[in-house]
Amino acid sequence: MTVKRTSRREFLKTAAAGASAAMLPLPAIAQGAGGRVVVVGGGFGGATCARFIKRIDPRIAVTVVEQNPTFIACPFSNLVIVGLRELSAQQFGYDKFAADQVTVAPSPATAVDAQGRSVTLGNGTRLPYDRLVLSPGIDIRWDGLPGYTEAAAERMPHAWKAGEQTLLLRRQLEAMEDGGTVVITAPANPFRCPPGPYERGSLIAYYLKTKKPKSKLIILDAKDAFSKQRLFQNAWKALYPNLEWVSLSTGGKVTSVDVGAMTLVTDFGRHKADVANVIPPQKAGRIAEIAGVADRTGWCPIDPVSFESKLVPNIHVVGDASIAGAMPKSAFSANAQAKVCAAAVAKLVTGGTPQEPKLINTCYSLVAPDYGISVAGVYRPADGQLKDVEGSGGVSAIDAPSSTRALEATFANGWFNTITGEVFG
Amino acid sequence: MNATRLVTAAVFVFALSARALAAGPADAPPGALSCSGCHATARSVDTTVPRLIGRNPADITAAMLAFKSGQLPSTVMDRIAKGFSEDEIKAIAAWYGAQKD
Repeated sequence: MTVKRTSRREFLKTAAAGASAAMLPLPAIAQGAGGRVVVVGGGFGGATCARFIKRIDPRIAVTVVEQNPTFIACPFSNLVIVGLRELSAQQFGYDKFAADQVTVAPSPATAVDAQGRSVTLGNGTRLPYDRLVLSPGIDIRWDGLPGYTEAAAERMPHAWKAGEQTLLLRRQLEAMEDGGTVVITAPANPFRCPPGPYERGSLIAYYLKTKKPKSKLIILDAKDAFSKQRLFQNAWKALYPNLEWVSLSTGGKVTSVDVGAMTLVTDFGRHKADVANVIPPQKAGRIAEIAGVADRTGWCPIDPVSFESKLVPNIHVVGDASIAGAMPKSAFSANAQAKVCAAAVAKLVTGGTPQEPKLINTCYSLVAPDYGISVAGVYRPADGQLKDVEGSGGVSAIDAPSSTRALEATFANGWFNTITGEVFG
Repeated sequence: MNATRLVTAAVFVFALSARALAAGPADAPPGALSCSGCHATARSVDTTVPRLIGRNPADITAAMLAFKSGQLPSTVMDRIAKGFSEDEIKAIAAWYGAQKD
């Protein structure tokens, strides 16, 4: 074995090249700090990521940009719609973040200078960063369904961002006469919470069965297949004869809405509704577009190891806004991705290399208050995407006894308490 | 040559023991950080799902392998355990075992 002697000058040259290739902890070191990370969005993804970065490396300065003082969780908000839960149980604050030395900036992010690495807030503040994490969730595509405008959403709520919209849909259901027709429209993929429209359909059917039994529910779907489909459909057959699912191929795709006539229009006909819940097409939250990390689909392509944008360096995207391959747009996914992203960002700002991750998702849906079903998956990076680990994952047993369904409903509750406790507690 | 091998081996052993001893999120083995989506780290969380922090790694490993083989019935853990090799399970178990409240 021969050893090549390296001159001191050569060594310095190589070391300098290595440092610049590693994308520079240099400015941070020059300041005597551990780097600066800005996280935009204080939901399941952003809040998790900010706190984890700080836990991993307390020297890193972390700021979360979130304009809302209170986070309102979407998971379990279908229970609020049907009066089985109050909205207050969905609300979480950021008061514990100060103790973690995570700064909360209560203002919207309005601009990103990717070249100069800074974020500008609505109040004019400019926040410089070494790494930026965007977790903006979804925005409604107001140009995605003719007739469905922001004003239309006041008559036909989407309730796909929890809050006032959730309460509006609840009030409309409460006000509806027995014998009325409720229509839910479900969008094409991809969208936030793939089983969400069907959990909502189930729980509204439960509400109608118990409170307004002469009423009916129609789900107009832009798809022929959906998450946990057999489990939902078996349960509907057994529990909710007044629930009708209309698939894409049987005329379920809504092509426009007529708010004045309270009518949903498909290529096959018109559906008059007493209560209409339009779950419209979606895209990544607006700041993703502003930062240039969203592609033509409206969502954000990312590296599956670090969650760094494939379009703009030093910006990472987690949660619903990201294109995360086989991982669904769920709170569990956002939380799992945020922890992996936090570890990667902490490594990158100090010149390290992120390790290859593995991630898990588990999503519970309630078909009735004591009837839970789930889908789970395990994922790893492969071919530049996050892919299912072969042989893992899947849905609850199709023939499970009611005791198992009840147990999964209990686990669904436990999951909500855990994830909100972990992220905001 | 032999010396190189020895040094490599020593570094490898050191890296392994450092990983086993490490308890921080920075050193979490692949997959470990996802578990706290359901298995709370804080005692205060109201859930029937057991915590993993500070548990005997051998117990976690045994349970995961039994979920994976189907020996131990479960609602969701069989589907998750099948996504991990025995070595990955052992690494996750060791990391949770090393964590303190």
